[in-house]
Amino acid sequence: MKFLMRFFVRLSNFVTGRREDQRLREEMEEHLALQVEENLRAGTLPAEARRQAAIKFGGVERIREEYHTEQSLPIIENLLRDLRYAFRQLANSPGFAAIAILTMALGVGATTAIYSVVDATLLHPLPYPHPEQLVRIEDNLPGVGAHDVGLSVPEWKDFQHSGIFQYVSVEGSGSVNLTGSSQPARIIFKPVAPSYFAILGVKPELGRVFDPDDPTPGFNLEVVISDGLWKRDFGADPHILGRSLRLDNDVYRVVGVMPAGFHDQGRTTDERNTELWAAAGFSAAPTPAPIRSSRFIPGALARLKPGLTVAAAQSRLDALVASLQKQFPADYPPESAWSVRLVPLSETVVGNVRQPLMLLLGAVGLVLLIGCVNVANLLLARATARGREMAVRQALGAARMRLVRQLLTESLLLSVLGGIAGLAILFCTRKVLLQLVPASLPRLNDISISWGVLIFALGVSVLAGVFFGLAPALQAGRLDPSHMLRQEGRGSRGSRSQARTRSILVVTEFALSLVLLIAAGLLLRSFWDLFKVRLGFDPENVMAVRLWLPVPNDPTTDIYGSPAKEAPFIREILRRGRSLPGVKEIAVGSLESIPLNHDLLRFPFVLEGRDTRSNLPHQVQGASVTPEYFQLLGIPLLRGRLFTNADNENAPQVVVINEAFARTWWPNGDPLGKRIKLGRAPTSWTMVVGVVPNARTESLEDASTPLIYLSSYQRADKELAIFLRGRLDPGTNPQQAHELVQSIDPELPVFGAMKLPDVVSGSLAQRRFSMEMVLLFALTALLLAGIGIYGTISYVVSERTRDIGVRIALGAQRSSILQMVLRQGLELVIAGATLGLAGALIVSHVMAGLLFGVSPNDPLTFIALTLVLTAVALAACYIPARRAMRVDPIVALRNE
Amino acid sequence: MSEKPDVLQGTLALMVLKTLDVLGPQHGYGIARRIEQISGDLLAVNQGTLYPLLLKLEHEGAIASEWGASENNRRARFYRLTRAGHKQLGAETRDWEQTAAIIARFFEVKAEDLT
Repeated sequence: MKFLMRFFVRLSNFVTGRREDQRLREEMEEHLALQVEENLRAGTLPAEARRQAAIKFGGVERIREEYHTEQSLPIIENLLRDLRYAFRQLANSPGFAAIAILTMALGVGATTAIYSVVDATLLHPLPYPHPEQLVRIEDNLPGVGAHDVGLSVPEWKDFQHSGIFQYVSVEGSGSVNLTGSSQPARIIFKPVAPSYFAILGVKPELGRVFDPDDPTPGFNLEVVISDGLWKRDFGADPHILGRSLRLDNDVYRVVGVMPAGFHDQGRTTDERNTELWAAAGFSAAPTPAPIRSSRFIPGALARLKPGLTVAAAQSRLDALVASLQKQFPADYPPESAWSVRLVPLSETVVGNVRQPLMLLLGAVGLVLLIGCVNVANLLLARATARGREMAVRQALGAARMRLVRQLLTESLLLSVLGGIAGLAILFCTRKVLLQLVPASLPRLNDISISWGVLIFALGVSVLAGVFFGLAPALQAGRLDPSHMLRQEGRGSRGSRSQARTRSILVVTEFALSLVLLIAAGLLLRSFWDLFKVRLGFDPENVMAVRLWLPVPNDPTTDIYGSPAKEAPFIREILRRGRSLPGVKEIAVGSLESIPLNHDLLRFPFVLEGRDTRSNLPHQVQGASVTPEYFQLLGIPLLRGRLFTNADNENAPQVVVINEAFARTWWPNGDPLGKRIKLGRAPTSWTMVVGVVPNARTESLEDASTPLIYLSSYQRADKELAIFLRGRLDPGTNPQQAHELVQSIDPELPVFGAMKLPDVVSGSLAQRRFSMEMVLLFALTALLLAGIGIYGTISYVVSERTRDIGVRIALGAQRSSILQMVLRQGLELVIAGATLGLAGALIVSHVMAGLLFGVSPNDPLTFIALTLVLTAVALAACYIPARRAMRVDPIVALRNE
Repeated sequence: MSEKPDVLQGTLALMVLKTLDVLGPQHGYGIARRIEQISGDLLAVNQGTLYPLLLKLEHEGAIASEWGASENNRRARFYRLTRAGHKQLGAETRDWEQTAAIIARFFEVKAEDLT
């Protein structure tokens, strides 16, 4: 307490200090004058009178100093003095200051920008209470190579009653046709269990959420809507609660509105933009009968009991799984190796962006480091030039620590100014920068320059300042003043250790740049390979729109409930669609038939005549399409035949497979005419009638995904896509398609118009983003490294001008001077390249998961980029080397 | 040469306060002279140390000061005791007397008194 008081007194003195000192001095002078007067009156001679008075009084200056240090804050005072001095120093060499500050601004700005993304996506906990308790439940069948296969209702109930979780909620995803508002609209909708919001722990802004213990077996006809939907389609009606709305022809009642800031969790952008939630027990219509092996629930979200860690819950769950396997051997055959995994929710939300983001953070960190090395080099050069100043100060009695502190203050000032400049640039350009970030990045909306980010920026600046300031400062502290001062007239030159420090810095910089360049090169090649990959289908001039056929809860009211009921609708679309302006071809398929849309429909299947000891099916991805689909997308036929209009509900079930599927299951035989059975229910056999080549419609990375195509006329799919090819106008065609569909059924909304070329490039967006960023950072690094090596060699040359002059005067060939300087540069380059290659090898293996079609050891990339960097470095050396070659011995020696 | 005793930490402040109490408002030179007179040259005080002390006392609120004219019409700063200063003087006087009394008793005591 007393200490604190004293500190505040000191602080206030520090602020008002000048006046106090003034008064003290005046009064003491006054006293002395009075004393002298009195001495004179006593008859002393004037000189003696003054002397006597002074002796009696004591040292005026010492008293002032003592009083000052006692009453003020000397550390801060020194700091301020150093700061003032540092400012003056920087103002004296504006070129140096500008370069150093700009380098730091770039480094800190870029690092902070990337950090703000990392902060929002990876570091911020999910916006739900106790996010560490939230897990997703995944059923895996590793025995048959199937992951995240979904779960069945009895399994869900088992988990719910296991005592491991507070609640377990089913979550589906989909869309629903909302009618009753101005326009039929398609709403992203999530069927959930009643406990869903209780699990997330969020409160509505209006009304209530579902009762978590609601026992209704089917849909309970209550919906919760998002704030956006409420404002958009219901005009923020304050009496929304209790209002009924029609979803796929069923009447629901609104019971709650979620707050504006609420974003649902989920793995896809669609899921995160859910606007409507309905709760169901999933044990009655419209869902299938709850049998154990029917895993129609896509996923489950659960909240662990308080105090239970994920690992502990997992081990209890494993025990439960083992006992269930024993209890129901028919449903869980041992060869499928059924297992259930708990994945922390935060992991599933951001899992796939962690690696690219860490890569970016690492890359930008390297750029910052290289920037620091450059500034350190500049400072070292300045320190050499200021060697005499330092020597004089030391000779006059400045303590070494004091000098070190002052130099550190200078470098801190530089880096903090740089940091502030970087933040200012970032702040001004944040809107533009955010547009570079791919929209599919999870939690994009949370990216902001928050306090955490600001503190990070400040911390990074200070650290950087200390980092690049320490070497020069310590160097200066180690100078021998007598040696320095004796060099008078020869110009100051750096010590041997200083030269060594500079070399080490340049080698480091070179190595770091090489690491970055190679990482960028590998990413660029991956991207290019993906970009140039043979798609196996032709997206040019193709556009797709989506529509959703309603699924009413009562199957008898479903007007599209069977293939026979749906086929006329599809035929009508095809017939009318051909006459649309610009349209040359038209086809219809299920949602899964849209290339690269990442929606999977997995069919369990068994092969005829194969050993099927259990009724455990294999799984394959599939889509249903009309016969025109293959022609429209340019997918040719390899063997057999494609669909015809005769493949309808009355004809035998047929399937077209891709090469990968054929090769997986009939590696040596002819698949045509072979039969498979799709689904678990005792359905009829489906015959393979055709084989098409692999098309990268599932992912650009992987061509060999087994795929099957079914005939749209034999299936009743609810989510459809209409494909148009021709001379299309994205402005009018979606509207025409909309009118076309509504002329057949006015209740159906058309949405999600997309051009397939955009879909293809969009699926590369995240890769493109990380590739472009790393490339940008690498080029920055290349530039900085070039500047760094140029600076060092120039310095070496200017320091040795006299030496070179002597050599030339003694008859050295100019070309040998050139060689000598270049050799010096080359030594640095070789050391740097060796270190850099080793570093790059490590980094490229760490980021192997991000590469495509290129090995992490790719010799071409490694060699080519090493050569590029070496060329840049030698070019940077060449300029000072030529200067060295042209040294005029007379001028050089006369300078002596 | 016999050493003059150093002024005990804090006692100089007490002397200043007492001087101002007895003589009323005084300027710095006057206070220094008075202390010198009273202590009869036995005390070795650099007069200069008085001024930081005066500043400190003023900060603590024990004394207040204002510019005025000295006897021979020079500008000088006059110090006077404040109400808080009076209180402080009283308290410190008591403390001092108590301390002095305790020390005195130690000096009076003889070995046989303690048996």
